[in-house]
Amino acid sequence: MQNNTMTDVMAAAVKAQESADYAQFMINNLWILVAAALVFIMHLGFATLEAGFVQKKNVVNILFKNSMIIAIGLMTYCLSGFNLMYPGFAEGSSGYFAFAGFGLTPPEGGMTAEYADYTYWSDFIFQAMFAATCATIVSGAVAERIKLIPFLIFATLFVAISYPITGAWKWGGGWLDAMGFYDFAGSTIVHSVGGWAALAGIILVGPRAGKYTKRGIRPIQGHSMPLAAIGVFLLFFGWFGFNGGSVLSADPELVSLVFVTTAMAAAAGAIGAFFTSFIMFRTYDLSMVLNGILGGLVGITAGADIMSVTDSIIIGLIAGIIIPISVTMFDKLKLDDPVGATSVHLACGIWGTLAVAIFGDCDDCGTYGAQITGIIAIGVFTFLFAFILFFILKVTLGIRVHEDEEETGLDIGEHEMAAYA
Amino acid sequence: MKKIEAIIRTSKIEDVTEGLELIGVKFFTFLEVKGHGHEKPQEITYRGIPYDSGYIPRTKIELVVEDNKLSDAIKAISDNARTNKIGDGKIIVTNVEGFYRVRTGEEGQDAL
Repeated sequence: MQNNTMTDVMAAAVKAQESADYAQFMINNLWILVAAALVFIMHLGFATLEAGFVQKKNVVNILFKNSMIIAIGLMTYCLSGFNLMYPGFAEGSSGYFAFAGFGLTPPEGGMTAEYADYTYWSDFIFQAMFAATCATIVSGAVAERIKLIPFLIFATLFVAISYPITGAWKWGGGWLDAMGFYDFAGSTIVHSVGGWAALAGIILVGPRAGKYTKRGIRPIQGHSMPLAAIGVFLLFFGWFGFNGGSVLSADPELVSLVFVTTAMAAAAGAIGAFFTSFIMFRTYDLSMVLNGILGGLVGITAGADIMSVTDSIIIGLIAGIIIPISVTMFDKLKLDDPVGATSVHLACGIWGTLAVAIFGDCDDCGTYGAQITGIIAIGVFTFLFAFILFFILKVTLGIRVHEDEEETGLDIGEHEMAAYA
Repeated sequence: MKKIEAIIRTSKIEDVTEGLELIGVKFFTFLEVKGHGHEKPQEITYRGIPYDSGYIPRTKIELVVEDNKLSDAIKAISDNARTNKIGDGKIIVTNVEGFYRVRTGEEGQDAL
């Protein structure tokens, strides 16, 4: 009798452990799915932000591009992007490029803790939501003068090929990961990648007509500050998933820390931009404060899980200070960016990645050498890819609308629709 | 004194402003207007069905000048608003019966 009881007790204990493990798996997995939905809402944030910062006559075009980009992002990631970004580099390979085949194939044990703290499907959908954000960064920068079809072609090839290849170098376990480069949720891999492509686009498509005149810079006002503000708040909201989900589990300490560092950096970004834009322009500029919030968020994204609260405040503050300076600098260089994408994503993306080396508390990673190598390598690859692609499109299909169409608006020109009746 | 009403392309309002400033005309009113003319109205589609918006959008400026500045003003407006395409606009000149400054009550040329 005694022996049977012992076996029963042990069997019950094993079962209890398995139940507990599975419950943990379920919670981790659920958090990743919630985070994926939060990152998804960032696309709504981008759409409204960009719509607010452009003129009324170009709103349909912006919304169209943003609607197509989420579709293109998910589709290409499903077809090839996911397997380019996470190809499973062979032991001892160079870690530059590998491809695990077209389409999605869950591996053996892909729905269990054997795979990760979440299922293969959760992995895919969470990462897929990130992919399209880099293309949407570009759409804002080239708004109001880019031709629709060439832009969609650019977005498709860029998200399908360039983004996953550079992403694999770190998140896919490639050569940058091996040398200790650290990018928690994508200051470089998502944000500055989008920023570099935006810069290439801005250079090749040229400034909007009438922005830079012989009498100086003529601002072209966005038509709706409410939409822009709604967009920024939606992005802030979604960032809890963008950073929170990048913990890749529901670890209470890490996820809660990330929520705090993310929020504090955003707050500090607003304050930094508020003071800097007042010192520079003597006004309380809403667009700068909104962009400052985003700059702070981008800045903390590289290291939200390895920063102290004080670190995150300093990082956000500096990102907020960078914003008005960067926006002014790009305008002085006659690089027309209607939404400030290059300042928020490129400038603050680089800052956030460097901040890991300055503040981050990371074992064997995030050294100055590693961070700078990552920034330069990904920057050079992305900029060259985007520049060459835009250039080919420019000399074949043309990337800029005709000046008459720019005058009447892309809504009529590209879509024969009006945004507001 | 004469009143000039000019209907011009909205994209030309800045060039016209500059041209008028060069001849010393700094005061005028302008408003957004809709109209019909030789140019085809904008075609729009909604949920797959094309229709025309029914009007052409333009800007109208109204200004008052002394008689001796009239032909200079007309030339400044025309030269700066012209694109040589159908739809550049029209200029109408009428006589002014009285012209006053609200703040001081000055009239005629003193009110300019």
